[in-house]
Amino acid sequence: MDNILSVLVFFPAIAGLLGFVVNKDSARTYGITVAAIELFLSLWLWFSFDSSNAGMQFVELIPLIPDMGIGYYVGVDGISLFIILMATLMTLIGMMSMGETKNIKNMIITLLFLEMTMIGVFVALDAIIFYLFWELSLVPMLYIIGAWGGPLRVYASVKFFLYTFTGSLIMLVGMLFVAYVYHNLTGVWSFAITDWYSLVLPVNYQLWLFAAFFFGFAIKVPMFPFHTWLPYAHGQAPTIGSVILAAVLLKMGTYGFVRFSLPMFPDASVMMITPIATLAIIMIIYTAMVAYAQKDIKQVIAYSSVSHMGIIMLGIFAMNAEGISGSVFQMLSHGIVSGALFMLVGVIYDRRHTKLMSEFGGLASVMPKYAVIFGIMMMAAVGLPLTIGFVGEFLVLLGFYQVSPIMTILAGTSIIIGAIYMLAVYKKTFFGPVTNEANKTLKDLNSRETWSLVPLVLIVIWLGIYPKPILGPIDNSVKAMVSFMHEKAITQEAKDMIKVAKTDKGGF
Amino acid sequence: MLQPINVSLESLNLITLAPMLIAIVGALIILILDLINNKLHKSLYVMLTLLILFVDFGAVLGLNVNERGFFDVMLIDGISIISQLMIIVGSMIFIPLALTSKRFHEYSYPEFFALFLFMIAGFQFMVTSDNLILIFVGIETSSLALYTLIALHNRSNSYEAAVKYFTMGALAAAFYAMGSAVIYGLTGSIELYKVAEVMATRMNETGLMIAIFGSSVLLLVAFSFKLSLFPFHTWAPDVYEGASAPLAGFMSVVPKIAAFVVSIRIFGMYIDLGVEWVRITILVMAVLTMTLANIMALVQEDVKRMLAYSSISHAGFIMAALALDTTEGTTAIFLYYALFMFTNLGAFSMLWISRHKNRRFDQRYDHPYEKFAGFIKIMPVGAVIMGLFMLSLAGVPPFSVFWGKIYVMQAAVNAGYVWLAIVMGLNSAIAAYYYLKLIVYMFLKDPVKDVDTIYYNLSKPLMAVIGLATIATIGAIFYVQPLISYLYYMISASGY
Repeated sequence: MDNILSVLVFFPAIAGLLGFVVNKDSARTYGITVAAIELFLSLWLWFSFDSSNAGMQFVELIPLIPDMGIGYYVGVDGISLFIILMATLMTLIGMMSMGETKNIKNMIITLLFLEMTMIGVFVALDAIIFYLFWELSLVPMLYIIGAWGGPLRVYASVKFFLYTFTGSLIMLVGMLFVAYVYHNLTGVWSFAITDWYSLVLPVNYQLWLFAAFFFGFAIKVPMFPFHTWLPYAHGQAPTIGSVILAAVLLKMGTYGFVRFSLPMFPDASVMMITPIATLAIIMIIYTAMVAYAQKDIKQVIAYSSVSHMGIIMLGIFAMNAEGISGSVFQMLSHGIVSGALFMLVGVIYDRRHTKLMSEFGGLASVMPKYAVIFGIMMMAAVGLPLTIGFVGEFLVLLGFYQVSPIMTILAGTSIIIGAIYMLAVYKKTFFGPVTNEANKTLKDLNSRETWSLVPLVLIVIWLGIYPKPILGPIDNSVKAMVSFMHEKAITQEAKDMIKVAKTDKGGF
Repeated sequence: MLQPINVSLESLNLITLAPMLIAIVGALIILILDLINNKLHKSLYVMLTLLILFVDFGAVLGLNVNERGFFDVMLIDGISIISQLMIIVGSMIFIPLALTSKRFHEYSYPEFFALFLFMIAGFQFMVTSDNLILIFVGIETSSLALYTLIALHNRSNSYEAAVKYFTMGALAAAFYAMGSAVIYGLTGSIELYKVAEVMATRMNETGLMIAIFGSSVLLLVAFSFKLSLFPFHTWAPDVYEGASAPLAGFMSVVPKIAAFVVSIRIFGMYIDLGVEWVRITILVMAVLTMTLANIMALVQEDVKRMLAYSSISHAGFIMAALALDTTEGTTAIFLYYALFMFTNLGAFSMLWISRHKNRRFDQRYDHPYEKFAGFIKIMPVGAVIMGLFMLSLAGVPPFSVFWGKIYVMQAAVNAGYVWLAIVMGLNSAIAAYYYLKLIVYMFLKDPVKDVDTIYYNLSKPLMAVIGLATIATIGAIFYVQPLISYLYYMISASGY
């Protein structure tokens, strides 16, 4: 099946449209079935994926607006493959664990449309198609936060929408300018990213364009000064909204850096290493400290999620195969772990309708299963060895050590601070005597919640012990990209900085 | 002894007049029918008008590009053909909106339809001539008809709107007449191609620059009124509010297309002559128009006024494309309007179906945001469609206006105005807020009161129009390519 990517993109959308006909009571089952089929399709994609090929696979190209050089152009490589898998997995798990009952049909349909846009972003190889899915993904999320969120939901959803929309419009201007430069040099209009890769731009152009794309991606990540929308969005969003937002939507930003900024502007990226790494480190340490100060469990998770996105940013700008592969792996692990943590917070919120730590204490004796899973996920978030979180974080720090040991050490403190705030949460919530009467009768995880969390636990441990099957293809594509960047860089500093791996040592 | 003047019929090339004559004859037929039998229902007139417009459309399609006729005052070039086609299509979407389920005063007069056709003829004269006098006649014919159409909507603020529009229109006409007079004084000609020739030879005469610039300023003021550019935009929200919703939607598209064509002819000439001031002035006005109108739209409490300001802002967008004076820029103008037309008329039609005789939600406004609160619960399909229109206007891909927006922005980048593209991008971001506000009301709030009768005015023909607009909005990605190549071909064929 050569057109499996189109099937992957449009299957959820068509299922969403047909979902309008499905009866309200059956909507949940319908959604889970569709998401499961989608997951199997993406697994099929993985099995038919050629791991030894570093380039784009399953490429499809249909010209849409040839006069402007816009075409439906999709493909997948080792970098995007696993993010797609994670997106389908988290959508399925999110739907399975969903406790919402209000307007469940609208929620299912919205989630299916959201799934289309998420996969669309990660398979798009045409900048306009990328932009199209990127913008379109805002609309379902706006609705999810706005319709099912907490008391400030409208404010949070509008803030989320406007922030991202503003940044991406600046990115759009950047895209149009790249197309214009491409047209000037070749006489052909093209928005195909693979065409753009071949464009060797002068350094000052690269810097301006890097800045334009930076706004779009950094707001989405969210990088330090632009992160203020995220705590609101997480704070107000329903559980499923937070899960998808943290697991997949934020990855769009970091994926954008890997897909666009690095290969297109290698020299500018090298020049921007220090400023961006500084921002990333501020983001890592500052948000980790903010996380420690929170009273609300969900806010702790939200800020820790921002802090970990900083690690991913740092790895991307390590400019070597270890760092970038580690970042891509960290994107997956962050998606699974923070998704799971948000789901776990949702579990307790469903029971008590509060997320304040002061309300809890001693839950380990009342809800043992819950405490165990929460503990495992928390360890993974901290980056304990043999969990998924360790692999990515270790590779990132290893990669960035070659750039700047001092910055790496600073970033490494995040593991310590992370351990502090996470263990503080765990202590306040799970250990000690049960002080609050209301907590004494809490029920442990029911089968719906257990069955949606156990697969994630298994993945966290499996990939923590043996990440090779995933890291291999990622590393393969990343190495190809890095050596391409090395070739393409025009300044000597950039050539020196972008290190091509000589031996096959990036993976485990 | 006077020589008899012989004019051969062939040299008149009367076919160039056919489209306008069809509209005028159609209007007369409607009046005659009314004389014979004055009890005919409006549906007959609507269908008759549609048919006449259809014939008109065919006549325009049949014209040859780059021909002159009727003592060379008629000029059939690419932009006149495409603009006429767009004017007619816009009118064909507008006219069926008369078939509401409730009775409205203005549609019971056949004169409404006759005036409408006269107005179309006026617009067609405007766009098919480069003779300043004929353009003036076209402007006045269409404007006078339009004032009357607004006033026919039987409301006190409709009269206010009509009088306001009339006053402003008269002022604009005065400026136009003075500007033309200065041009005539400078060059001894009123045909733009001759004017351009004469001016080109006199460009380096000292002291003449003031007069040339003066003429351009007078004309710019005149067209700024018509195109509702800052600072001559203040009439627009009041007039849109006073006019019936479909007519307001119509005014935000069709008269502006006609005025843009004339502006392309006149100001394109100045820019080609190398009068950079004109370009700078237009750019400044365009940027101010889009920004200030956007900011004003943010604080509106009425959806119709919001849409009025948003239309002004979109006009600013397009005006910036005019200043580029490239083939792409000109194509962008038409592409933008072709795509904007469906979405904007669709949005105004959605207001039209919710029009009540009495103001039930607010003392001051017909369509306050509260009216649409919880629209998703009352009329899910309607809310989704209105939401699509709003997203499209905000420039969210893949809906129609997005393609117009990136084409304009691409044209700006290509012409070397990257800052302009960034300003446009930021303005789209500001604009997203007020479109989003309506979406928030429709989807995320609960209904206020009297929920059952929001879609008071709905009827089958209105549903058909809205359906058509929806399809055109969603499916834009599939017809943008042929549209661009046709527009680009026609525009480059006529040398713009």
